[in-house]
Amino acid sequence: MRRILAILLENEAGSLSRIVGLFSQRAFNIVSLTVAPTEDASLSRITIATEGDDKILEQIVKQVNKLIDVLKITDLTERQHVERELLLIKVLAMNDKSRTEVKRITDIFRGAIIDIGKQVYTIQLTGDADKLNAFINTLANETEIIESVRSGCVGIARGEKALRAK
Amino acid sequence: MSTELHTGAELVVKALSALKVKYLFGYPGGTVLDIYDALFKQQDVEHILVRHEQAATHMADGYARATGEVGVVLATSGPGATNCITGIATAYMDSIPMVVLSGQVPTGLIGDDAFQETDIVGCSRPIVKHSFNCRDISEIPNIIAKAFYIASTGRPGPVVIELPKDLLMPGQSAEFLLDAEIKMRSYNPTVKGHHRQIKKAVQAITQAKRLVIYSGGGIIIANAAELLQALVEKLNAPITNTLMGLGGISGLHDNFIGMLGMHGSLEANKAMAHADVILALGARFDDRVTNNVKKFCPNATIVHVDIDPTSISKTINAHIPVVGLVDIVIKQLLAELEETNYLINQENNQDWWQQINQWRNEKSISYENEVEGGKIKPQRVIQAMYQATNGEAYVCSDVGQHQMFAAQYYPFAKPRQWINSGGLGTMGFGLPAAMGVKMAFPDSHVICITGDGSIQMNIQELSTCMQYNLPVVIISLNNRSLGMVRQWQDMVYGGRHSSSYMESLPDFVKLAESYGHIGIQINSLDELDEKLAQAFAIKNQLVFVDVLVDEKEHVYPMQIRTGAIDEMWIKKGVKA
Repeated sequence: MRRILAILLENEAGSLSRIVGLFSQRAFNIVSLTVAPTEDASLSRITIATEGDDKILEQIVKQVNKLIDVLKITDLTERQHVERELLLIKVLAMNDKSRTEVKRITDIFRGAIIDIGKQVYTIQLTGDADKLNAFINTLANETEIIESVRSGCVGIARGEKALRAK
Repeated sequence: MSTELHTGAELVVKALSALKVKYLFGYPGGTVLDIYDALFKQQDVEHILVRHEQAATHMADGYARATGEVGVVLATSGPGATNCITGIATAYMDSIPMVVLSGQVPTGLIGDDAFQETDIVGCSRPIVKHSFNCRDISEIPNIIAKAFYIASTGRPGPVVIELPKDLLMPGQSAEFLLDAEIKMRSYNPTVKGHHRQIKKAVQAITQAKRLVIYSGGGIIIANAAELLQALVEKLNAPITNTLMGLGGISGLHDNFIGMLGMHGSLEANKAMAHADVILALGARFDDRVTNNVKKFCPNATIVHVDIDPTSISKTINAHIPVVGLVDIVIKQLLAELEETNYLINQENNQDWWQQINQWRNEKSISYENEVEGGKIKPQRVIQAMYQATNGEAYVCSDVGQHQMFAAQYYPFAKPRQWINSGGLGTMGFGLPAAMGVKMAFPDSHVICITGDGSIQMNIQELSTCMQYNLPVVIISLNNRSLGMVRQWQDMVYGGRHSSSYMESLPDFVKLAESYGHIGIQINSLDELDEKLAQAFAIKNQLVFVDVLVDEKEHVYPMQIRTGAIDEMWIKKGVKA
């Protein structure tokens, strides 16, 4: 089962490598990982998408918590949450027909064309993983995909619940 | 008020001195020469020069296990640091408090593949509790204090500190400032068990008909032996120890039913298999205990007390988990038993003991002493060793058959008497660990029990023993082969002894003598007791006792692979 873990940890040299090392050392799976400092520059927040049954997830949460740098970890998928991922994708747009079609699909998915070349469009889209997958599949049926990059997902709990240092 | 400025090297030594470090085990080299210079100019911290950095880590480890203090190591960058890796992993697996100070090339050269550069923080990451890269000289004292705090609290473990040479040399200086209190917002180990879990645990324990207490190294680390004994006696419960937990209850206590697991006693493994409630105290259901986890004690309710939440429900699901320091949790359990006016159900208790005593009567920890040719049985040597030391020695073991024989045949009356590499199984651990123990307790008998394989993995330390006058007694059960490997080859690999013998052993007596020690060889049973007594009578010199033992002897009992905890070979060809 796919899970999204949010981790709050000290923004110090080596703290990311401890997280990544732990996952590989204990044969846990990383589907995607994003990291950046928070509004408090002494803290970083990591979002990891992972897969595993309840037993594995329990170990992941405990093992991450055990790292000295880690303040908090939470499984966002346990409760209502918002999940977003950013996609940048470059596709072939050589003639009027394909340009029109790419623009139409992009509008339907509420994406934005953010750059154009002689023969290519670059599109930006945010959403959850399912939406991004659907968009990529639809585009692939209409034109050729030159290149794509995904940020990996970030997430936040709905409502009052928050992941904070205190 | 004028401020006194110090070099980084001086700050390191001042911090160690402020933390009351008596001994620093290490080996000099380029990047740490400033620290060695600072050590030379003071008297508080004594440096012990080993012959190989691996031995420095095991010495610090042995010292830590015997005293409960943090063991401290100093090594240079590159090969000095990487030589520490095995010792760090050994300490990590057995939760031993240790701080390793490693040199590093100057900050400006890091990443350039400079001479003697390795990323030791990276190399050691999977086998440390935590590590620090020092990048600012003024941080040095507080980083060292934090390292000691992390190493010795919660579930203890090794901490590595990397010190680049430019921070240590003259040229940079800083004040010696140490925070009065260590505060870390991201590290607050739980100490007390949750009261609701304590109530649940006591409910399960008091309703049990067939309770077993299964205790591990956590009892030793937490100095909880007396509390454990009180709990055992309050419940009149049978108690078994893991390999790491031996001495947690006296090996001579009536309720002690022996070590459990792969080479455990029949009664310990049977009691576990038949228990309706298992109270695990500071133990972690290691695979050398459980055997096949799918068949592990299916009818038991498991109460698991551990300071480390990751140990709970990792291999075996705990029905009642209790996270907390085991000494404090035992106190809570005793208080709750008191409050609920617990009385033993005599009928259930007697039935259970009757059953256990039947298993005990099978005398699974036994061997045949009479063999043709008068060959010495290794088990007999351990018994002789026990007699000669009145059961009071510190026994520091290497890894292999001799380790299991010592665990089975030397009942440890007290915690910290038994010192061995249980988790990692590090051959070469025994001698340097014994040296570390001897540093701490010079007036006690300190034995290194070893074999002809293990002893050669750190034999160079005989030289260190000479330099610092460390008269440990080395007892080598010499079977001219790698006994445990050979045993598995006999039992599992059709008797094909692939690379398991030693065809070019040195003359250990002469070898010991060449280092300036005393060597004694024992090769017949009738001289065993007398010569061992002789060896232990020598107080001021190291004695190397080379005992030629029966090379065909196997360690029994032994769990049958893929079986349940109590499926065992009792002796050759006989199943339990």
